[in-house]
Amino acid sequence: MARRDRPVSQRQAWWLLAAALGAFLPLTPHLPLWLALGSGSVMLLRGWITYRQWHLPPRWLLALLVIAGTAAVGFEYRTVFGRVPGVALLGIFIALKLLELRAARDALAVVLLCYFLVLAQFMFTQTIATALVAILTIVLTTATLAAAADDRPAPQLLLRRSGLMLAQALPFMVLLFILFPRVQGPLWGLPQDRITATTGLSDSMAPGSIAELSQSDAIAFRVKFSGPVPAQSQLYWRGPVMSRFDGRNWRATRSMGTQSTPPYPLTGASVDYELTLEPHGKPWLFALEHPDAVPANSQFSDDLQLLSREVVRNRTRYSLRSYPDTQLLFKDTATNLREALALPRDGNPRIRAAAAEWKTRHGDDATAIVAAAEDFFGRQLLAYTLTPPMVLDDVIDGFLFETKRGFCEHFASAFAFSLRAAGVPARVVTGYQGGELNAVDGYLVIRQYDAHAWTEAWLPERGWVRIDPTAISAPRRIADHFVAAVPAGEALPFLARANMSWLRDLRNRFDAVANGWNQWVLGYTPQRQREFLQSLGLEAPDWQQMTAVLAVLSGAVLLVLTAWILYQRKQIDPVRRAWLNFTRRLAKRGVQWHDWEGPQDFARRASLALPTHAASIQAITESYSRLRYAPQATPADLSHLKNQIRQFHP
Amino acid sequence: MPFTLGRPLRQLRLQLHESFVRWALRVRVPEPAPVVLSQRRVYVLPTRAGVAYVMVLVVILLGAINYNLNLGYALVFLLVGLGVVTILHTFRNLVQLSLRPGRAESVFAGEPAHFDLTLENPRKELRSSIRLFIADEDPIEVDIPALASSTATLSQPTQQRGWLAMPRITIETTWPLGLIRAWAYAAPDLRCLVYPAPAASAPPLPWSDDSAHGSTRDGSGRDDFSGLRNHQITDPPRHIAWKAVARQSDGPLLTKLFSGAAAQRIWLDWQLLPPDLGVEQRLAVLAHWMLDAEAAGLAWGLRLPGQRLDPGSGPTQLAQGLRALALYGTA
Repeated sequence: MARRDRPVSQRQAWWLLAAALGAFLPLTPHLPLWLALGSGSVMLLRGWITYRQWHLPPRWLLALLVIAGTAAVGFEYRTVFGRVPGVALLGIFIALKLLELRAARDALAVVLLCYFLVLAQFMFTQTIATALVAILTIVLTTATLAAAADDRPAPQLLLRRSGLMLAQALPFMVLLFILFPRVQGPLWGLPQDRITATTGLSDSMAPGSIAELSQSDAIAFRVKFSGPVPAQSQLYWRGPVMSRFDGRNWRATRSMGTQSTPPYPLTGASVDYELTLEPHGKPWLFALEHPDAVPANSQFSDDLQLLSREVVRNRTRYSLRSYPDTQLLFKDTATNLREALALPRDGNPRIRAAAAEWKTRHGDDATAIVAAAEDFFGRQLLAYTLTPPMVLDDVIDGFLFETKRGFCEHFASAFAFSLRAAGVPARVVTGYQGGELNAVDGYLVIRQYDAHAWTEAWLPERGWVRIDPTAISAPRRIADHFVAAVPAGEALPFLARANMSWLRDLRNRFDAVANGWNQWVLGYTPQRQREFLQSLGLEAPDWQQMTAVLAVLSGAVLLVLTAWILYQRKQIDPVRRAWLNFTRRLAKRGVQWHDWEGPQDFARRASLALPTHAASIQAITESYSRLRYAPQATPADLSHLKNQIRQFHP
Repeated sequence: MPFTLGRPLRQLRLQLHESFVRWALRVRVPEPAPVVLSQRRVYVLPTRAGVAYVMVLVVILLGAINYNLNLGYALVFLLVGLGVVTILHTFRNLVQLSLRPGRAESVFAGEPAHFDLTLENPRKELRSSIRLFIADEDPIEVDIPALASSTATLSQPTQQRGWLAMPRITIETTWPLGLIRAWAYAAPDLRCLVYPAPAASAPPLPWSDDSAHGSTRDGSGRDDFSGLRNHQITDPPRHIAWKAVARQSDGPLLTKLFSGAAAQRIWLDWQLLPPDLGVEQRLAVLAHWMLDAEAAGLAWGLRLPGQRLDPGSGPTQLAQGLRALALYGTA
């Protein structure tokens, strides 16, 4: 068609440049600096060319630039395929396409690229703020699409029209979002570049590694309990279990899931909850001690840690039932028990001496040895602090006998060491302890600063028993919150401080909104879709049912919108409607009005046919003519005309 | 291969298109005025840009599924909604528009015929970028303000004398986003009278004896002298105002005009033409003479077989004469 080859006007060039900038700028933090600057300056150059109305560069030069840009991306990422390189290429293409705006087709290509860049943005972040920026970009891009079709209207008019049309599109979006049958991705191999370094627990523990986490208020996971929230002191969220000690670091040894059912018998009351785990790039799933089953695609390791088959790349949600009072009473393997006794050949002589003394006193009575160790830790008057002094050699002895100041990893490490030295199998368990209830949405929020380490000891008649040595010296850490246990004046995460309660309140509100967003918008997975539709009354929502409901509801929305069109049509011209009403009344008396007939001519004819009504016919016609043709007709004139006609009974 | 196959295919396409248009128009041609584009006769399909838009949506959807991007789903669903909404807006831009045939000035065969159409917008909003075109001609684009009307003039080349009915027209719009095309066909009741094209060259005006005498018998025509104008090659040489020419040595030749009707009466007679001329050629020569006579300010009459136009001059006379020529033999 001839119209498609229209050249792009200067005004359209400005529009396209604005849309491209709007789509490209939010992406720049995720792109290499050279690319952001390069594409940015090409866009600036395009602005200058538009302003000066210069000629566009020749095609061969653009082709060279495309090749150079692709090569540079390949060099940067070692590939041009995959998510980030793909986005980088889009960033180059859109800038260069702006230099090739010759016909309407090129303008369309830029607009469609802009929509695509919005999707690219979502590959990096999907927060509420991102969504808001995306909405602005989409409004601008849609206005640009309208300007590419007709650039005469003023910019604010096009923006308003674009906003209106998108607002009208919203019902369709909501319906499709809820009802469109979801497919669990990926459709093709997910590129491996999605993992980004996040703060969180690791599979090894050195003195200071958890204290470091205490400075981060990033969210680890959120929990929604279906009943009341258990007591704070019961909230032990089990994570990596560490059995191997090299004198300084503890290391997890089990990285494989082996069983789907727990080996321990369940006792006591149960707690049902749903846990939403933030992506952390590790295979661990956290669970309240101790669950009765595993979530989908996961298993227990030998040391009772929940491991997912794949690393957690996306926000993951699972429901569990835990029994906090359960005792880990089962026959553990000899390998595990042997490993839980292993110690370095030498080092830390003072605690070894103390442990040897407990052993000679209590012999094989593990329970008594544990009690002796607890007693010993209590008498050492250890202090709980975020900033323990550095100890270079013999870290256990240094903590217990010299500095006497430490964070939970010091306590757990020293306690497990002393039990092992006394011949009782022991290991360190890391995870999170406690959590903060957000009163706004009822979710328990567990942050990185809730990271904790504790100890498990093997007692032949009771199995693995949790002993939290931190609780001996700093009971408030467990009963209340770690902030309460830390001495005043230590550096805490800003919002964790007690005097920041109003800010924390504000944060809780924001967090509740963000969580709602995560749960319902970002977490609207195929599974949640099924659950939600079931709760709405669809018994077995398969794709046929969803499509049917979707079709019916979309049809309804379409009808409403179409009705809006018809309504607008009937709205038109009340003056003419009044006139038609008048002519109908006369037609009943045999005076037919023809639509080519002027009002005056008709009035004359009607007056001749019905001489008794001549006066009112003339009066009505005069009112009508005034409304039609006089420059200043008022609404009062219209109601006057309507009155006259209402009282007209020929 | 494509050459041999292409032609029948194109023909088939044209035929299919033609039968679609007939079906779509669905009214007796020509239609009585005003032609209202009701919902039933407005058709909607995506443009090429619309197809590209849909393809991009599919790609975005695949990306959203593959990367589990729920906001990607939201994006693609919003754009799907936008696509649906733009169908309504485009449709709305065209539906209930009414067309009223206006004037179609008579033209000589070979000149384009101009058909005026009045487009009436009964809605309280502007209708933007409405395009009208006749088959292969260039489209006219008009905006119609709220509760007002605009005039569009469509042109169509002419070849034959006689009545030219306004061909079927297409009214279309892709406003506001260019993704959807709404269109309708209409055949408004409007026709244009096409005069025979004046012959490129014609014999001089047929001055008969009595007409020549009328002006020169005794010079009494001088009393009726009414002015001067530039000489035209068809003016009788004896009317050249030599005195006036002499006053301005390098000026143009001037012709004296006389208002006495009897003085310059001329009959343009079918029978005066050489017998070997065909009908169309005769009409062409007569048209040429008619224009010459009118330009010369003569009172002229027309004799056609079975028809007669009394001598006279002026636009009405000319229109009547040309009309007689245009319709000669058709009625």
